[in-house]
Amino acid sequence: MLEIRDLHAAVAGEPILKGLNLTVNAGEVHAIMGPNGSGKSTLANVLAGKDNYEITGGDALFEGKSLADLEPEERAQLGLFLAFQYPVEIPGVSNMEFLKAALEATRKAQGKEEWDSVTLLRKARETCKQVDLDPQFLKRGVNEGFSGGEKKRNEIMQMLLMEPKLALLDETDSGLDIDALQTVARGVNSLRSPERGIVLVTHYQRLLDYIVPDFVHVLSNGQIIKSGGKELAHELEEHGYGWLTGDRNDGKDQSA
Amino acid sequence: MSTQAELDKVISSEYEAGFTTLVESDTLPPGLNEDVIRVISAKKGEPEWLLEWRLDAYRNWLEMAEPNWAHVTYPPVDLNAISYYSAPKSMEDRPQSLDEVDPELLDTYKKLGIPLHEQEMLAGVAVDAVFDSVSVGTTFKAKLAEAGVIFCSISEAVHEHPELVKKYLGSVVPKGDNFFAGLNSAVFTDGSFVYIPKGVRCPMELSTYFRINEANTGQFERTLIVADEGSYVSYLEGCTAPQRDENQLHAAVVELVALPGAEIKYSTVQNWYPGDKDGKGGIYNFVTKRGVAHDNAKISWTQVETGSAITWKYPSVVLRGDNSVGEFYSVALTRHAQQADTGTKMIHLGKNTRSTIVSKGISAGKSSNAYRGLVRMGPRAENARNFTQCDSLLLGDTCGAHTFPYIESKHPSATIEHEATTSKVSDDQLFLCRQRGIDPEKAISMIVNGFCKEVFKELPMEFAVEAGKLLEVSLEGAVG
Repeated sequence: MLEIRDLHAAVAGEPILKGLNLTVNAGEVHAIMGPNGSGKSTLANVLAGKDNYEITGGDALFEGKSLADLEPEERAQLGLFLAFQYPVEIPGVSNMEFLKAALEATRKAQGKEEWDSVTLLRKARETCKQVDLDPQFLKRGVNEGFSGGEKKRNEIMQMLLMEPKLALLDETDSGLDIDALQTVARGVNSLRSPERGIVLVTHYQRLLDYIVPDFVHVLSNGQIIKSGGKELAHELEEHGYGWLTGDRNDGKDQSA
Repeated sequence: MSTQAELDKVISSEYEAGFTTLVESDTLPPGLNEDVIRVISAKKGEPEWLLEWRLDAYRNWLEMAEPNWAHVTYPPVDLNAISYYSAPKSMEDRPQSLDEVDPELLDTYKKLGIPLHEQEMLAGVAVDAVFDSVSVGTTFKAKLAEAGVIFCSISEAVHEHPELVKKYLGSVVPKGDNFFAGLNSAVFTDGSFVYIPKGVRCPMELSTYFRINEANTGQFERTLIVADEGSYVSYLEGCTAPQRDENQLHAAVVELVALPGAEIKYSTVQNWYPGDKDGKGGIYNFVTKRGVAHDNAKISWTQVETGSAITWKYPSVVLRGDNSVGEFYSVALTRHAQQADTGTKMIHLGKNTRSTIVSKGISAGKSSNAYRGLVRMGPRAENARNFTQCDSLLLGDTCGAHTFPYIESKHPSATIEHEATTSKVSDDQLFLCRQRGIDPEKAISMIVNGFCKEVFKELPMEFAVEAGKLLEVSLEGAVG
């Protein structure tokens, strides 16, 4: 599904990813962990196609297509979804309007049946409940005046409705209290399926108590330096990133 | 088109003999003098007092200078190169109903998306359509007459309701008010007239579509709306003009009179041809719009402006009566080489008067977009309040947004609040939309629409939809 080969990428000209390799198959959940500045968020943004995040070497293939050749909206239409670390506000554009535009564009491109307004509204309301968001949020501007936790749940709500093939979650757990974390985890877990790949980018092991990954990778200085099963996350929790990076100060107590 | 040009040439040459005889042609040759005004007045069969009024305006206007304070630049307009009267050929004998209207004319309206017949049925909107200078079709007259509402062309009103026209014409915008209003007073050819009797709530939205058709024809409409005590009316004005290389002048005057306890809601969607991307062609829209609100009356202007090469327009409210209310909601979008200098004036004279100004300016391309607003609290304006919000949104970095607020307060108890913001469509907003599969043009249009929402919600439903679509069309290619 996702095949990353010796990927090099730069942000505003500065090299961040330096030869990253990763394969995600359908049905798998991967966790990408690593200290601050290791390139975790860069990886997510490069895959989604953010401006100024430039692939300078290697390749990332999604469903056999090179992502470098695709505009961000084309990647989304193929079924790649990024849940943002800091979801931005779009004042005056209602969540519902936004969802309608997003779902029209992606479902059409994926040859899925288009939903009429009634169906869309019903599904959106159900999905809101699933992530403990008051359906009133559908009428509000996208993320406008939402609390940090509400923004994250709004991202998950969008993800559930859009049913992506590959979901990238960029530090979705940051800034969430334990209840919200569980809600978000429930949402992500409900999306697990044999057809779908999920990549969790996180600083902390905490999220992985609720979304148990099949694979854990440790990213440092733009490369994956260790991969393993879910137990790797526990080892990291115990020893800190310094255990792998060789930097004692880069330990588990470092704030996010 | 070329046959039309030929025709114009023939007509012009016929005119070389002078103006002493009334000719059969429909378009006067270019140029302005007292004889031209006499011809216009005679063609319309106007009473003596109106001719005198026009001539007085003209003589006054000759002494006036074109204003140059606006934040716009353009080569001087040669007012003698303009024809001051033009009527579609087949309109010599006014049709009595829509069935008698030239099908080609109606077809033009259809292309503009305003099929009169359908509009009659679907929207329940009475349309007084102005094609160049002559009103071609007025609908729903019967139903309006039942309520006692008068809705007709101003030429018709001059004949049918002379006492009302005489009383209120020029009462809000005097004929010597400003250069363009003075010109309009001298040469106005048609426009709409509305009278709502005491205590009557107008049973439907009234609507006029203006359209400049013939090349080199200035359009000078004159609209007068009088809402008698305790009445209510919502009036919609839409404007479209075809594409031409020459610049065309449009100098309209709109006067609103809201007598005690009355409410007038005036909505405009203006998409006159803005010129091409290099600034060639387009309409010069130099318009004077003003309303007077008496005791407990309310006047609300809502405008969505996407057209015209140059816009010079300040719909204003004189809050003459105590407890009167004035509102101005505006969206002005400029792109390519468009220039807009637009805003409002709220003149608070009475006690406890309140006004609200919400202005949203969107600039793209190499355009320049200025908000100019005046809030004046008079010496009697006890407890008067104003709230102003001016937001500018920039698309790209070659456009300009400017805000020129003027505040004058002569009463210590008056409250004036002014908020202003300038923002850009952020890369992050755009990326969020695109990451959800939405293409950039649609995304920009959605973000801009969201930015304008506070104004759009003031528009009647069908207009709000049209305004949204208009923005979408206008923003095509704005992403670069």
